[in-house]
Amino acid sequence: MLSIKDLRVEVAGKPILEALSLEIPAGEVHAVMGPNGAGKSTLSYALAGRPGYEVTGGSAVLDGEDLLALNPSERAARGVFLSFQYPTEVPGVPGLTFIRSALNAQHRARSEPEVSAPEFLRRVREQAAMLKIDYELLKRSLNVGFSGGEKKRMEILQMALFSPRLAILDETDSGLDIDALRIVADGVNAMRSADRSMLVITHYQRLLDYVRPDRVHVLAGGRIVASGGPELAHALEAEGYDKYATAA
Amino acid sequence: MSLARAIETGDLAELPSRRDEDWRWTDLRGLLRVLPPPSKATEDAAPAGPFAGLAQTEVLIVNGRGERRLVIAPGERRIMALRIIAAANAGAHASRLEIDIGADAQLTLLESYEGQSSDYVVETDLVFELRKGGALERVVLAQDAASAVSVSRAQVSMSPGSSLWQTVATFGAKRQRLETQVRNPGGGASVRLDGIYLLNGQRHADITTIVAHTGVGGVTDQLVKGVVDGQARGVFQGRIVVSPGADRTDARMGHHALVLSDRAEVDAKPELEIYADDVACTHGNTVGALDEEALFYAGSRGIPEREARAMLIEAFVVEAIDRIGHEGARERIRALSAEHLKGSS
Repeated sequence: MLSIKDLRVEVAGKPILEALSLEIPAGEVHAVMGPNGAGKSTLSYALAGRPGYEVTGGSAVLDGEDLLALNPSERAARGVFLSFQYPTEVPGVPGLTFIRSALNAQHRARSEPEVSAPEFLRRVREQAAMLKIDYELLKRSLNVGFSGGEKKRMEILQMALFSPRLAILDETDSGLDIDALRIVADGVNAMRSADRSMLVITHYQRLLDYVRPDRVHVLAGGRIVASGGPELAHALEAEGYDKYATAA
Repeated sequence: MSLARAIETGDLAELPSRRDEDWRWTDLRGLLRVLPPPSKATEDAAPAGPFAGLAQTEVLIVNGRGERRLVIAPGERRIMALRIIAAANAGAHASRLEIDIGADAQLTLLESYEGQSSDYVVETDLVFELRKGGALERVVLAQDAASAVSVSRAQVSMSPGSSLWQTVATFGAKRQRLETQVRNPGGGASVRLDGIYLLNGQRHADITTIVAHTGVGGVTDQLVKGVVDGQARGVFQGRIVVSPGADRTDARMGHHALVLSDRAEVDAKPELEIYADDVACTHGNTVGALDEEALFYAGSRGIPEREARAMLIEAFVVEAIDRIGHEGARERIRALSAEHLKGSS
């Protein structure tokens, strides 16, 4: 379970998140929605430990462990996964090499045995088929020259292989056509599990038609200003974020 | 004026200096206040070289002494190791070797500069004559001592239908220059002129290339990659000259360097001088730090920073290494590079 209390984050000296509190019990999917500039990506980057996102107060605890004391790779090994809004291109490193290095680094950090090459390839093939990823794509430099949809599917592939305890999906629906959206949503739904918390960050309600959240939160002005059931997403879609802009 | 002339005559005024435009980043006159005495001959057997086991024949030049002229017969195919060994502490020497590659012959030359001593001052001149349809793959590996001053200058005179496929890989020296001058007469003559420099400490390496396209339909393709750390300095000077009438010349030049520390430096001067009309010439030059975005991305997936840095740096360099044609030489250079980068990242 993820527990965030009074989290304050600054970027370049400017406060972005102000006393944000949020709890996501294991087994639940929570959506955070909000207007542009509300701090949605800042929340995801702060949880993943991106340099430049300075935490000035509050706490973020995953399964009893203080995430904020850890560097990004240590957080990943403890089960944090962030699916990037704009996945980074990694020239010269084939997808298979990158993913295997990451998986084995996580295993080493947890003092677990590394995954053998045949077992790794078997798992990759299985997941790639589910996400309709051409296996040849995995032999190319990761994300270099990939379409928006290919990049997002590659993110979901990694999420599936790493089996995180906390999955953060940052604007995963952006740049996807309807077919790609459905494939990605199926991939996310397949990951729902009793021992996993999921945080879906999105501007639009569209993705939430496919990935049904247990709770929906509205992020505005750097804090959670409203929470409710899935119906809240539909209300936001109909009414917009205007009334929350003043509340913040 | 050259280091070789200075060594032969003992006249320091013969040394190239920063006042010479082509040597302004590799000043020898300001560096060498005195020349060491001439290197003595040695009878000691040389240990195995970096390309041991890969060549059919081996040619040694030790302390400037060895073959002066080699001939590859027309149509002959040969893989030859050329080992240029500096085994005299604080000695100076210069040598010159001519290699004549006959029509339709193929020479794979695995050329190593092996610094087995310290404080030496050396120039090695190589003159290649590449006859019609001849092919030269030249893989150069420079492992000079950190205290050495070392200059290698190669001149390659090509013929129509011939090809030069060259990769220079170096770890630098106190001051080091690896220079290649190529005359490409066109007529399908094709040049690949790659380079890799991996420098740390206070090492310096200068990769200078000059290609003159003098006839119709010549090709030059160049990719040079560098990684500098510590207080090291990398220099790349690439000049491609397309003479009047050398139409349908196709020339591409790329130089890309990573600077890993605040005190490291890269100086680059890519030059295209084009005097013909119907040509395709491009160049790209970038010098920068490691991509922080990619570092965070790898970190967020669980790859610790140190490992991520090594992975990204190696990926950067491998693009040039992968273009080496001779598989065995490629793997040796890949392994040496990986070993070097382990210490750097």
